[in-house]
Amino acid sequence: MSRIGVFICHCGENISRTVDVERVAAQVGKLPGVAFSTDYKYMCSDPGQNLLKKAIQEQKLSHIVVAACSPRMHERTFRKAVEAAGLNPFLCEMANIREHCSWVHEDKEEATAKAIEIVGMMVERVKKNRVLPTITVPVTKRSLVIGGGIAGIQAALDIADCGHEVILVEREPSIGGHMAQLSETFPTLDCSQCIMTPKMVDVANHPKITLYTWSEVELVEGYIGNFQVTIRRKARSVDEDKCTGCGVCMEKCPIKKIPNKFDCNLGMRPAIYVPFPQAVPNTPVIDRANCTKFKTGKCGLCQKVCGPGAIDYEQEDTLVVEPVGAIVVATGFDLYTIDEKPKGSAIKGYGEFGHGKIPDVIDGMTFERLASASGPTGGKILRPSDGKEPKQIVFIQCIGSRAREKGISYCSKVCCMYTAKHTMLYHHKVHDGQAYVFFMDARTPGKNYDEFWRRSIEEEEAVYIRGMVSRLYQKGDKIVVMGSDIAVGVQVEIEADMVVLATAVQPQKGADSLAQKLGISYDKYNFYSEAHAKLRPVECATAGIYLAGACQGPKDIPDAVSQASAAAAKVMTLFAKDKLEREPIVARVKEGGCVGCFACKKVCAYGAVEEKEIRDRQGNLIKVVAYVNPGVCGGCGTCQATCPSKSVELDGYTDEQIVAMIEAL
Amino acid sequence: MHPEKPKHDFEPKIIAFVCTWCTYAGADLAGTSRMQYPPNVRVLKFPCTGRIDPVFILKAFQQGADGVLVSGCHPGDCHYIAGNFHARRRFAAFRKLLEFVGVDLNRLQFSWVSAAEGGKWVEVVTELTEKVRSMGPMVEFKELALEEQWSGAIDTPELKEAYEQI
Repeated sequence: MSRIGVFICHCGENISRTVDVERVAAQVGKLPGVAFSTDYKYMCSDPGQNLLKKAIQEQKLSHIVVAACSPRMHERTFRKAVEAAGLNPFLCEMANIREHCSWVHEDKEEATAKAIEIVGMMVERVKKNRVLPTITVPVTKRSLVIGGGIAGIQAALDIADCGHEVILVEREPSIGGHMAQLSETFPTLDCSQCIMTPKMVDVANHPKITLYTWSEVELVEGYIGNFQVTIRRKARSVDEDKCTGCGVCMEKCPIKKIPNKFDCNLGMRPAIYVPFPQAVPNTPVIDRANCTKFKTGKCGLCQKVCGPGAIDYEQEDTLVVEPVGAIVVATGFDLYTIDEKPKGSAIKGYGEFGHGKIPDVIDGMTFERLASASGPTGGKILRPSDGKEPKQIVFIQCIGSRAREKGISYCSKVCCMYTAKHTMLYHHKVHDGQAYVFFMDARTPGKNYDEFWRRSIEEEEAVYIRGMVSRLYQKGDKIVVMGSDIAVGVQVEIEADMVVLATAVQPQKGADSLAQKLGISYDKYNFYSEAHAKLRPVECATAGIYLAGACQGPKDIPDAVSQASAAAAKVMTLFAKDKLEREPIVARVKEGGCVGCFACKKVCAYGAVEEKEIRDRQGNLIKVVAYVNPGVCGGCGTCQATCPSKSVELDGYTDEQIVAMIEAL
Repeated sequence: MHPEKPKHDFEPKIIAFVCTWCTYAGADLAGTSRMQYPPNVRVLKFPCTGRIDPVFILKAFQQGADGVLVSGCHPGDCHYIAGNFHARRRFAAFRKLLEFVGVDLNRLQFSWVSAAEGGKWVEVVTELTEKVRSMGPMVEFKELALEEQWSGAIDTPELKEAYEQI
């Protein structure tokens, strides 16, 4: 038999002004099971809590109801006090007679009657409360960072500097990501490579970082603190331990004319290559699709010239399994494909801008490579078609971005700024040239950003035309750009030598399939979703997985770096304890009734439901039932409402408890 | 000071099933903002609307509720990723079923009230109370509940009386 103690709080006058607290205490004291009921001016104060503790011990109370403010306010306070008195904290419930009663009603009679009912409801509920143990799960203090761009590098360095091991996985042969491709960065115009490459070297030399380039995440199992990640290390055909990075193989390779993706296909590379000279690791990879040895079996020149004997044509993909406790996803972005419509996508291309047909219509990233000192032209702005210097250049903004009719309605955030930067870089390199920018409006929020944009107009002589371009076409060696200037209300026609399209930022290709492996959610564009847009911006709703950089949404470098450090801080918070404690509001399966239909598995947003085999003593399979992993369960209870056989129960919100409340009415 | 409140012959009993993250917090906000609404509503807190089994709604009607309110986070704002979508789908089907068995759907309301919408909470509760009050008490389920007792337990006062009369 339960001995329930009920404690009614006056909250100074906040409750007692409209609720006759003495009467509530007297009425509730008559309910079956209630052994003790009293009222006090401030239950949450020290004397109030001591009153509660003393009553628990003296009256040998088994369950507690505190009728006071909202549980969102003081549930934790009273549960702690109850725990200190030796009771399980989950045997204490709060009845909300302030926010839901005394503050919203004026009639004392009505409010008192309502308060009695509310407390009565909680008395019936608390009778059905069970002792819930605190759930602890161990934490593996290693982390996985997916993506070796600036966000991934920053997160990996921050975590590793705190003394925890980091596995950094990168899909390409080298880390560096898109930032390594950039020429100079806004708003300071410092050289991207100069600030990026030292960080890349730090990663390679860090004793706590294991770097897997040319590798992809194959499978993710487990839950917060206890993930098992399988990584596919693609065959490089070069032994990383033996290779010294001398580069003789690349010099001798007879296949030299393969367009280099890193240079936006402007430059050429051999079949055995590193994507760029500052690559980390500086170990080449053989592009098997283009290598003569792999195509015909002949050649093998690189193996002959390799001093340390690092070339290994027999190498195969290997799978590595790494146990980690936390995962930072930093897969970054990709550029909008202007001229093609990706399969199965709602996003359309821009045929009217001639990209892909007119060689001198390029995208922003290609312009970065042209402007980069380490790029295919050595930093000279030259037309891809004839190598001439363009004297009139047109930049068109919002290609793909903010174009609902093309399938993307968001702003890509970086294009206004990088176009302003492009006009400056152009002006610095082609002094007698003229840059025009077609724009919808300039979005420059950020420290020193607006000043930078204004500088491009006021000091660097870029002409900004508010309006969009309707058509582009080739006329001789010129490109005619037809657009409108809506500020003046006239049609504009510019004969340009080169056109640069500021294309939208999109998530990496395959972002959705990686999300499915990780069990994290993503939006309709495949950007990963954070747990809360404002208050949990770097955490996924899936516990133990964090986001950094442009995989979550378009971001510039400072934002990506800040978010990466924030994600690292979250990982460190997780690693600060040896064991994870969590509220025991989790679902539990009653295996006797479970028929293994797994309707619960389908509705579980957390992927917490697993299949569990039940066997007899001889090891024969009796049935397969659902099992809810308490480390992963979010505690929403959707599974319970879904279960047709009522075989899953959410602790703290069982059917028994809820029905008891309804029946008390 | 305050305008005299009209007296009603019938005060409906409204039960509200709400999620803890949005609507419960919204109701708390109505309290902290000292807004006023009719005292007919009793709030039951759930972690998520996804946890609300339609059986609870039936149970509430059976226990004498004249109106039921189910309220949670706006679509897309669910604290548990997608619980409110599951709830929405479940209740869309459940409404049809209720209609089929003859329950006036005006007695059952679904709404989205966020943690920032104290005013909306007051509006929803007030409206539903007024509406249900004008409809009068819900008797159908109470009658059903009595019938149920005929087939099962025999220790209710009504049944005892009936047996004695035989």
